[in-house]
Amino acid sequence: MSTRFWTGSRRDTLAGYLFIAPQLLGSVLFVFVPLGLVFWYSLHEWNVLADTFTFVGAENYQALADDPKLADALVATGFFSAGLVVLNLSLALLLAVLLNQRLRGTVFFRTVFFSPVVVSLVAWTIVWNFLLQDNGGINALLETVGVDGPNWLRGEGTAMVAVIVVQVIKNVGLNMVLFLAALQGVPANLYEAATVDGASRRRQFLSITVPMISPTILLTSIITVVGSLQVFAQIAVLTQGGPGTSTTVLVYYLYQQAFQFHHFGYGATLSVLLFAIVLLLTLVQWRMRRKWVFHES
Amino acid sequence: MSRRAKTAVYGVLCLLALPFLFPTWWMVTSSLKPVGDIFAFPPTLFPTDVSFDAYAKAFELQPFARQYFNSMYIAALVTVGTLAVSSLAGYAFARIKFKGANLWFVVILVGLLIPSEVTIVPLFKMFDAWGMVDTHWPLILVPILGAPSVLATFIMRQFFLALPGELEEAAKVDGLGRFAIFRLIALPLARPALGAVAIFTFLHSWNLYLEPIVFLSSSEMFTLPQALTQFVDAYGGPMWDIQLSAASLTALPVLVVFVIAQRQFIEGLAHTGLKG
Repeated sequence: MSTRFWTGSRRDTLAGYLFIAPQLLGSVLFVFVPLGLVFWYSLHEWNVLADTFTFVGAENYQALADDPKLADALVATGFFSAGLVVLNLSLALLLAVLLNQRLRGTVFFRTVFFSPVVVSLVAWTIVWNFLLQDNGGINALLETVGVDGPNWLRGEGTAMVAVIVVQVIKNVGLNMVLFLAALQGVPANLYEAATVDGASRRRQFLSITVPMISPTILLTSIITVVGSLQVFAQIAVLTQGGPGTSTTVLVYYLYQQAFQFHHFGYGATLSVLLFAIVLLLTLVQWRMRRKWVFHES
Repeated sequence: MSRRAKTAVYGVLCLLALPFLFPTWWMVTSSLKPVGDIFAFPPTLFPTDVSFDAYAKAFELQPFARQYFNSMYIAALVTVGTLAVSSLAGYAFARIKFKGANLWFVVILVGLLIPSEVTIVPLFKMFDAWGMVDTHWPLILVPILGAPSVLATFIMRQFFLALPGELEEAAKVDGLGRFAIFRLIALPLARPALGAVAIFTFLHSWNLYLEPIVFLSSSEMFTLPQALTQFVDAYGGPMWDIQLSAASLTALPVLVVFVIAQRQFIEGLAHTGLKG
């Protein structure tokens, strides 16, 4: 039958579409439709309590520029993201290098450093909230060695640092195991050759290790940056955005505007802004790969 | 490595391990202390009188057992659903040659760039319109079908791409249909990837906080993370002993499973999870 309808390739096309149908329809319904709606809402003044929904064009975007609280939120977000990424990646790399030393007991330490990843985020945050109280465990420990610790979560300077540290300890294990896998993939003969040539360990680390694991550095930095922009539960539990607005990051501000002040239109505008930032940062990092990523695995 | 270097490495590791271990220890021991001892100075590393009062109170103040069940069954459903959706789509994108495959793959990947916080406002309005606010549907449907499952699909695709195709080709020659090949041959081989996807999907659902507090309003519908923050006194201050006991009940079972299966957890995530 040379003219039969169900040829192999038609069959494959049907099968392919049936296989991806749930994911594709789901993406349309729960990603693209809401994304379109967010843009649409952002063009409206929409107060849920007052039940108003009027088209205002770009007014919400104008309001972004004039909103001093948003400027604070962006500063807080930048501070949080930068602090988190630097601390997380350097600690993750340090831990991975230490655990890559073929010592006994590394499985134990790997388990320890990874364990916060599997602890429920809010449970973890609640424990740290307890530890960081003025009369909590951290300050009690400090006091036993004669140091008078600050009220961590209520101080302008310390609150953000505390949130960053709590978040780094929670998630650094994930990046650590990714780095560890990358380190174990670096061929040993490279180091042997470098040792023969008399390169110092530092030199080897900078000239062999870092270039060889640069794809992983890029991957983990993208994941960590995007993740850092989504921090919410930690802020909600630890500081509620305070003291003042010092820890009101963009997502927390978005939540306040939309679900506490019921400004859905402005909340949607903030969502668009968040989307634009994520897109921009991802593009920038992706571009940077050509510059400093040694090879693509 | 010299003895001194070894000692130094162990010293650094032990020191660094403290902030990772101490919080869990302090959570569990404090939850067992009588409420008056919780902020006692000097701090005691072991509770002197063990009291389970706070645990009992957690179940009295809120329908905590129900909330526990909510979190468990939602995370379980989301995990199974995500495995099904992502393995089907990942397999098709890796193995089936069909027109438009690349285009749709890129379209779906866009979801990776959209944090769920971006779409939370319209999603709330959509589920409101469907009468599904204060039900578990948003917490089940969005992760399985929406942006969170895109990463799972990507991982499954990478895994299937790396899998040798001879077995499947042989099965095809034998006249097996696509779905049969997928189910009988490809899926059993994909166990490591499925395991990694299952682990991070379960944890993702188990950790959700913004979505539950946006979508749910009655306490018997709450999930655990949301319930934990509701143990507050009349002034909104945390009831520490109860929060800590409820947090222990939330964290410990997953921690125990992790410690037992840590190799699968870590190596699964490291090797199939996020490479490529």
